[in-house]
Amino acid sequence: MLGRTAGSLFWMFRYLERCENTARLIEAGFQIALTRTTDETDVWHSIIATAGVVEKYTQVHSEYSQENVVDFLIRDTENSSSVISMMRMARDNARAARTALTREVWESTNQSWLLFKNELKRPIKTRDLPIRLETIRRQTALVRGVLYGTMLRNDIYDFAHLGCYLERVESTARILDVKYYVLLPSVSHVGSSIDNVHWETILRSMSAHQSYRWLNQGDIDPLSISKFLILDKRLPRSISYCVEKVYDHLCYLSKAYKNELPALKAIQNLHRDIEKTMIEDIFADGLHEFLQDIVAKNAEISAQIEQDYSFYS
Amino acid sequence: MDRQPIFDELFGFGQTPRGPYEQYMSWFDGENKNKLEKKSKEAEAFFRATGITFNVYGKKEAQERLIPFDFIPRIIAAKEWEVLSRGIEQRVRALNAFLHDIYHRQEIIRAGRIPESLLDKNDAFCPQMIGFTPPGGIYTHIVGTDLVRTNENQFYVLEDNARTPSGVSYMLENRETMHKMFPEIFRQNKVASVRNYPKNLYKSLADCAPPACNGKPVVAILTPGIHNSAYFEHAFLAEQMGAELVEGHDLKIVDGRVTMRTTQGFTIIDVLYRRIDDEYLDPLTFNKNSMLGVPGIMDVYRTGGITIANAPGTGICDDKAIYSYMPEIIEFYTGEKMLLENVPTWRCSEDDSLKYVLDHLDKLVVKEVHGSGGYGMLVGPTANKKEVETFRKILQKNPSNYIAQPTLDLSTVPIFKNKKLDPRHVDLRPYVLVSPKNVDITPGGLTRVALKKGSLVVNSSQGGGTKDTWVLAK
Repeated sequence: MLGRTAGSLFWMFRYLERCENTARLIEAGFQIALTRTTDETDVWHSIIATAGVVEKYTQVHSEYSQENVVDFLIRDTENSSSVISMMRMARDNARAARTALTREVWESTNQSWLLFKNELKRPIKTRDLPIRLETIRRQTALVRGVLYGTMLRNDIYDFAHLGCYLERVESTARILDVKYYVLLPSVSHVGSSIDNVHWETILRSMSAHQSYRWLNQGDIDPLSISKFLILDKRLPRSISYCVEKVYDHLCYLSKAYKNELPALKAIQNLHRDIEKTMIEDIFADGLHEFLQDIVAKNAEISAQIEQDYSFYS
Repeated sequence: MDRQPIFDELFGFGQTPRGPYEQYMSWFDGENKNKLEKKSKEAEAFFRATGITFNVYGKKEAQERLIPFDFIPRIIAAKEWEVLSRGIEQRVRALNAFLHDIYHRQEIIRAGRIPESLLDKNDAFCPQMIGFTPPGGIYTHIVGTDLVRTNENQFYVLEDNARTPSGVSYMLENRETMHKMFPEIFRQNKVASVRNYPKNLYKSLADCAPPACNGKPVVAILTPGIHNSAYFEHAFLAEQMGAELVEGHDLKIVDGRVTMRTTQGFTIIDVLYRRIDDEYLDPLTFNKNSMLGVPGIMDVYRTGGITIANAPGTGICDDKAIYSYMPEIIEFYTGEKMLLENVPTWRCSEDDSLKYVLDHLDKLVVKEVHGSGGYGMLVGPTANKKEVETFRKILQKNPSNYIAQPTLDLSTVPIFKNKKLDPRHVDLRPYVLVSPKNVDITPGGLTRVALKKGSLVVNSSQGGGTKDTWVLAK
């Protein structure tokens, strides 16, 4: 496979994953805003902060209203991390990697783009927001499903998944890091309403609120939430799970290509470190520092993969 | 304006369907026209989803456009096709012999059959090809001969398109779409299949592998990238052939071979089907500012390290002044009379012809010798006075840059409009593959149709559409 094609596959699935994560985040904000009696401004402010786009947002909007935030994160073509922008980039990468994709994967991606473009032409009314978000989640799930159902299990599949899981590690780490202070036992008070908003935002934005409830009947405490989102391998968006997936796919590539490249070494080390880590250690050494370290290492591995497999000339 | 009646391929000059259309029309007449209209809209959605688009330069929003598809097929009888394919094969063989000759001993000029000036000042003549024979002796691996019809038995060749004919993906996708829309009519009508084209393309290219190739030839398509107007076609063909789709920056010369940068190092390419012009192919040889090509590829080519399809320098066959000598060219190399007629052509470089052309501008089509895509031309009969006079000045300034032809009464095939049949002018581009072993012509081709009533311009860049083209099995 061409290095450039591998790069396009990698980025196609990174963008799709980012698209979906943004939709989940908005959904979390929307759910919480609906069930609250107080001012919704802080909910939407928290969503923008979690998405990591406060600076970009304040250049365009002065108020944190639902309309503004939703428009900015979904429809704004000037915002490179809006759903519509990312879907366009995912589709451009799919187009560039066209020869490595089954017709079904290409068509579902192309259709998703056409559908988004059409549905997001006009500002989204509140009553339509759940349907629009549903479309985004359904379409990204469709692409993933068709990939799963029709593609060869070879290097193409590996590069697609590397993009997906590296993006997920970053997303989860970033969401936790923006909120790390509410998870620290010293400042948070179980049951206080403001903290509940934050936790719920975190859990819902990773579609983990249901799973968390299944595993922890009734108890909500920062330590167990952190443990769940960082170290629980049963959760498909936990850092530990995603790191292991990256490791797996680099192993498959190493086997197929019969070589051992620097990215594999790097992920081996990260994987080993996380396997040994206890949640208590993380809190003792500093949650923020831990997450920063994960984000940095994740970025290094991503760059190393780009180099190892000649994504660019 | 008094005009001859136009030959309609479905109804001829009468009211009843001609032979090849009989069976189709008995199906069509029995169909509910409202349902057909609905199906026709579905086809558009299908094309959009598949991404069968072409890019339009300079328009920001609607960057990717669909070429309109009309579902009434253009049907050619087996006997008609036999005549056409014999004529096309003769032309293509003659063109290859001509190219070999002009880049070697130039016997045809020595024999005085064509003037030397035709090559002398011609930008499309590629001096780098002099004395070099491409692998397998093939210059034009892929040809798309443009044909028009004016009567029951009268076909003309409009252009030979020996450089990089496009549109073959539409031939394939149009058929695919018809299969999806109307599977039942393919059970009643035995239509020759086109689906082997990608396989044959691969085989034909592989048969021209360079001397340095060992093992199974590796074929790649070179595209300018996703912003090129025909990117969809490049990707489509690569995917269908199982070939890599490469861009200039994926390629590098390593140890005298052209290689592509893969996830596992550099892999040798044996045959490069390039969809970029000669000019951009090698910045060391041609346009030094080109970012699309591969520095040094011409050296590799000349030392037998790669096959470039089509060969550099074939573009000269698309010159319309050279076209006007096709009867001489065919006779010189094959010893045969030309089977398919040329459109009568006046070369404005010749004084007598120029005088005639200037006197009859409102009745002629005047084209640039290097032009393509329906740009820079005058269609006399449909132009207004002012356009004619403006063009007259342009023509007088540089007469040898132009040729003129009579406006032909192109045949029509109906399109489905407002739930009725409505005739529109068409042309036909069959696709030809040439290898040392054989000349393979896919039965059918691309029918382009001028969607505007009365218009003779079928180019997709000028509002033309396409139709599925059937060649009936014997």
